[in-house]
Amino acid sequence: MTESITNVMPDTATEERAARSHLARRLLRNGAALFAFIVLGLIVLAAILAPLLTPQDPNFANIQSLLSAPSAEHPLGTDGAGRDVLARLLYGTRYSLAAALLGTAIAAILGVVGGLIAGYYGRWFASVSSWVISLIMALPGIVVLLAARAVLGPSLWMAMAVFGVLLAPAFFRLVYTAVVNVRGELFVDAARVSGVGDFSIIGRHILSVVRAPIIIQFAFVMGIAIAIQAGLDFLGLGDTSVPTWGNMLNDAFARMYKNPVLLVWPSVAIALTSVALALFANALRDELERSGRVRVRRRRVRGTAPAPAVVLPADVVVHPETTADSREKLLVVDSLVVGYDQPDGSLKQVVNGVSLTVRQGEVHGLIGESGSGKTQTAWSILRLLPEGGRIVGGSVVFGGTDLASLSDTEMRKVRGRRISYIPQEPMSNLDPSFTIGSQLVEPMRIALGISSADAKKRALELLARVGIPNPERTYAAYPHEVSGGMAQRVLIAGAVSCEPDLVIADEPTTALDVTVQAEILDLLRGLQKELGVSILIVTHNFGVVADLCDRVSVMRDGLIVETGPVRAIFADPQHPYTKSLFDAILEDGAARGHLEHAADRHAPAGGAAS
Amino acid sequence: MLRFTVRRLVSGVILLFVISSVAFLLLNLGAGDVGRRILGPAATADTVALKNEQLGVSEPVIGRYFDWLGHALTGDFGTSWFTSQSVEQAIFSRLAVTLSIVIGATVVSGVIATVLGVWAARRRGWADKLVQVIAVLGFAIPGFLIAIFLVNVFALNLHWFKPTGYVQMSASFTGWLSSVTLPIAALSIGAIAAIVQQVRGSVIDAQRQDWVRTLRSRGLSENRIVYKHVLRNAGGPALAVLAVQFIGLVGGAVIVEQIFAIPGLGQISVSATAQGDVPLVMGLVVVVGALVVIVNLLIDLIQGFLNPKVRVS
Repeated sequence: MTESITNVMPDTATEERAARSHLARRLLRNGAALFAFIVLGLIVLAAILAPLLTPQDPNFANIQSLLSAPSAEHPLGTDGAGRDVLARLLYGTRYSLAAALLGTAIAAILGVVGGLIAGYYGRWFASVSSWVISLIMALPGIVVLLAARAVLGPSLWMAMAVFGVLLAPAFFRLVYTAVVNVRGELFVDAARVSGVGDFSIIGRHILSVVRAPIIIQFAFVMGIAIAIQAGLDFLGLGDTSVPTWGNMLNDAFARMYKNPVLLVWPSVAIALTSVALALFANALRDELERSGRVRVRRRRVRGTAPAPAVVLPADVVVHPETTADSREKLLVVDSLVVGYDQPDGSLKQVVNGVSLTVRQGEVHGLIGESGSGKTQTAWSILRLLPEGGRIVGGSVVFGGTDLASLSDTEMRKVRGRRISYIPQEPMSNLDPSFTIGSQLVEPMRIALGISSADAKKRALELLARVGIPNPERTYAAYPHEVSGGMAQRVLIAGAVSCEPDLVIADEPTTALDVTVQAEILDLLRGLQKELGVSILIVTHNFGVVADLCDRVSVMRDGLIVETGPVRAIFADPQHPYTKSLFDAILEDGAARGHLEHAADRHAPAGGAAS
Repeated sequence: MLRFTVRRLVSGVILLFVISSVAFLLLNLGAGDVGRRILGPAATADTVALKNEQLGVSEPVIGRYFDWLGHALTGDFGTSWFTSQSVEQAIFSRLAVTLSIVIGATVVSGVIATVLGVWAARRRGWADKLVQVIAVLGFAIPGFLIAIFLVNVFALNLHWFKPTGYVQMSASFTGWLSSVTLPIAALSIGAIAAIVQQVRGSVIDAQRQDWVRTLRSRGLSENRIVYKHVLRNAGGPALAVLAVQFIGLVGGAVIVEQIFAIPGLGQISVSATAQGDVPLVMGLVVVVGALVVIVNLLIDLIQGFLNPKVRVS
């Protein structure tokens, strides 16, 4: 009974009025929806035109011709009581549809009105309603209907009225949630303050939001009503004097061995109607969701996408090395192009040909404003781009191999062991369902092949090393039990746990509190010296660069515009964009330190991940 | 965790109490002339009156309610008006039959829905579309139609199974398996359709979480991430749907038992209802309600195991 309580709210709360005609047109173009419309149309026509389509009386029992084969008089034959099957089917459509419509309408009226009152006025009505609903939903609907039948007798309409009450929660929840959401909106407050009446607010602002979901739910519930009504009649608990699909099934089932064909007609009618209603509801929901957001499609087959447009980095400023750097090149990214496949088949490029080099033991800063493609560059080195994203061109040579050409299995062996990753937002980067300890131990056991006892020992040492005061307790804790700073230390411990050659840190301090930021930078610097690991640190903060980095690459619009030793760039920025970044810092004058940190803290978590 | 369990248990008991009270009052107010119904039109007015007095149905409803409640608390639900069998006996002799089918269907649908849902979420593309179509059809087509279809195809035409009847598990396991295969299949399809959507959705959601990227960056294999980490996180919402489906499966069993002539709770529900056998219907309401409360409690406990945040609060 409760299975209809599916999520029918589309993601879009607001829907443009003008988009509605498009919606209808799109629905007609959608194959499933078109099928649903045609089937439902035919069924309604059959119900209305039943007397014109057959001259037979659906209840007239001709004892002379029981279970007769199809003939001119009885196109579908007769049933076990000698009644005309076609007439019963057509009139059955009438009764079955009317009964389902009644039940659904009652459910909708009760649920919508109740949901509006509970959602808009709240208070005791809301709590009482939700209590009554959990009561209604606690029992299987059919059991309640059976009990009701014991009291009220076998009436088609009464059963459907009870059914309506039972399924009212399906509408109640939908409307209640929507109303509670909308009520909190500013424009509703504004309307109320400016003296607009409650009814007018409900009508204009609230009903317009829930209208489409109600229609969807109506179709779902009506499908269930058809099934339940037929089920009751099929069990012989309905009103046998009324021709319905369920009563036809009941009669046919009793004669299944003699004449199984009789089962086909009512079954097909019930199944077609139910499926058409569900398809209609699904199609409407899909279309509403689709109009609300642009969906990123699964990656297309390689090669069908247009050739990558590598913007030649002609104006890249390369500062000469201040001292001859003899360290070996660990990572060489060359003309890297990253793009996302769009629903229309085109490719949206976010990195347009980045080249950068990280040497052994070097800390390399990748700096740029939000949306410059620096995080995308970092992810593509690890080949961890989100769905739809891929490396379109260029190479990522690490320790002599091009990572872009490795198989997934080979790439997996690089991750963690050779290149590891420190994310930006510590709290969302630990699996909430596992302890911190198990999340540290698991990769070590796989990457280093050590026993779980050894891995635990090492994990505790690492936790102590990254400055966690009580390693044992944090080891046993779940992520939600530690602070953001602690979580970031845990993630740093995880990143160095398998002794990588390169750590990619994606704005590792952005999401943290000001006081913690400095500590985390200290920790990174200390670990780097101790382990001799290379770090590629993505940031939008020149303070971090000055603090930590040997060399820096400035990124803008998916391209490197200036690169070189930190000292050289700080002393003599050449590219206008680098200069503007410096100017932006200097404008704040002496008070800069604090302000900039404050701005860091308030930067939206997802902002830099673009 | 203990306090959480106790609180859920108490609210379950209250729920059960309210349901049974409402049911008792409604059923008894509408019972009509019970003696006449039992004895038939041929009985004299005197015997009918005597019968009514015997059953106590002429007394005020409130007094009878407390009487019933007092007995019910000690596990005595009275005797059936029509068969004179005790209600407890009538129900418990059939409970195991229904439970074996409903639990079987819960397990089958949980497993199949998980496998299909994960597959659709990982493969996307055509696999996803296929699963969506199955889900829409399975959701839309009523279970009893599926049952009738299965009987016709697999029992009457292919003769793989017997069309009707039930074999006790203790008598013959394979016999039992063969007698419940079609009923469980018929029941499961609808539940699979509902659960698979949820599994698919929550696996897709979980896969987009930041920590999945971080786990990948640690060198864990995709299978390990999906089956250990993603599935555990996606398990909560899926289990919630499974709990709702369990209620639906108990309801579905009523109809399916009728089709396969299985002597379970569903069968007596139908006959007790048709006859208006109030004590038996009451007993059934209480047992089904208790079953639902227990299953919900179990699901909550599993939720707590899966999600550490639930455990703490």
